[in-house]
Amino acid sequence: MDYAHSDTAVSERAVSRTPSDADRPITAKILIAGGFGVGKTTLVGTISEIRPLRTEEILSDKSMGVDDTAGVDGKTTTTVAMDFGRITLQDNLVLYLFGTPGQQRFWFMWDELALGAVGAVVLADARRLADCFPAVDYFEDRGTPFIVAVNCFDGAERKNPEDVRIALDLDDEVPLVLCDVRHRESAKEVLITMVEHVLGEPPSGR
Amino acid sequence: MSSAEDRWLDQDAGPVVRPYTVTGGRTRPRGDALDLIAVLEATNAPVHQRLRLGPEHRRLLTLCRRPIAFADLASEVDLPVGVVRVLVADLRDENLVRVLKATPTGNVPNDLVLRKLLHGLRAL
Ligand SMILES: Nc1nc2c(ncn2[C@@H]2O[C@H](COP(=O)(O)OP(=O)(O)OP(=O)(O)O)[C@@H](O)[C@H]2O)c(=O)[nH]1
Ligand SMILES: [Mg+2]
Repeated sequence: MDYAHSDTAVSERAVSRTPSDADRPITAKILIAGGFGVGKTTLVGTISEIRPLRTEEILSDKSMGVDDTAGVDGKTTTTVAMDFGRITLQDNLVLYLFGTPGQQRFWFMWDELALGAVGAVVLADARRLADCFPAVDYFEDRGTPFIVAVNCFDGAERKNPEDVRIALDLDDEVPLVLCDVRHRESAKEVLITMVEHVLGEPPSGR
Repeated sequence: MSSAEDRWLDQDAGPVVRPYTVTGGRTRPRGDALDLIAVLEATNAPVHQRLRLGPEHRRLLTLCRRPIAFADLASEVDLPVGVVRVLVADLRDENLVRVLKATPTGNVPNDLVLRKLLHGLRAL
């Protein structure tokens, strides 16, 4: 196929008429959250088409989180590279994945990202489960549906899901999956579990 | 403890910058915030003579000829999200771009969309 040619055709068509419903994507988003270095960026890269997206934030006491703000004036901004991925599905449906870097000082961005989201995946590192507590608390408080996905890095003995659930003191309703987000099938299962949870469907037992 | 400047020069948060020059220093648009997955499209209304659209405005307008999600738009023009938000608000104010309300900001997708989503993911 001649792409240069088809591009022209598309843009000519686009100026000559108003877009119809068939051109308008239906969009949905899922948040990828969790502590520092747990595999969020890897997950987004495994399952979606990664796109560059940066935001810049006015530094305020709120955005500085637990860090101290000495010496930074109120009008300063900082650039944050977000995890941003797009999965084009059938039926003109596009699923977007958003993640922020793991440090707590970036969490204020979730308030906005969570609005209208299908839900959140809280990723945890099997070797340091407690790091995901703040994210679990955050989505519990907010009432955003979420699941916990435990990324089984090498060297972490394969965990028993029930042990993990107890260690995290996780509600029975919150689905918990073990995963290896470097693998597409595993990443896919994580997202499917998220959507099933929101639909109130029992896990499909894969 | 490192100085404030060092602290931001890491991989995730780049150096402190002032990216709002193209918006004339405006950092927040009027009106409600635009969801990153809101779909935008050009209205094809004529651009009024008195309007002096900058190159960034024009680029955004061109990209909106086909419906496009706000996040894709920001990614495409490679400007920070907050900057694009201000510029898009300008285009909305002039009725050059409209926001499609298929998935209203702040509303979780309905069950039909969720089912399609599940179906689509399983088919991947
Ligand atoms: N062995 C193994 N390594 C992994 C896995 N997932 C991620 N990694 C590695 O762990 C490191 C951190 O992964 P990232 O995806 O960057 O983690 P992140 O959550 O985006 O990190 P921050 O954005 O810094 O919070 C990278 O070097 C990955 O290659 C996994 O399932 N198994
Ligand atoms: Mg990352």
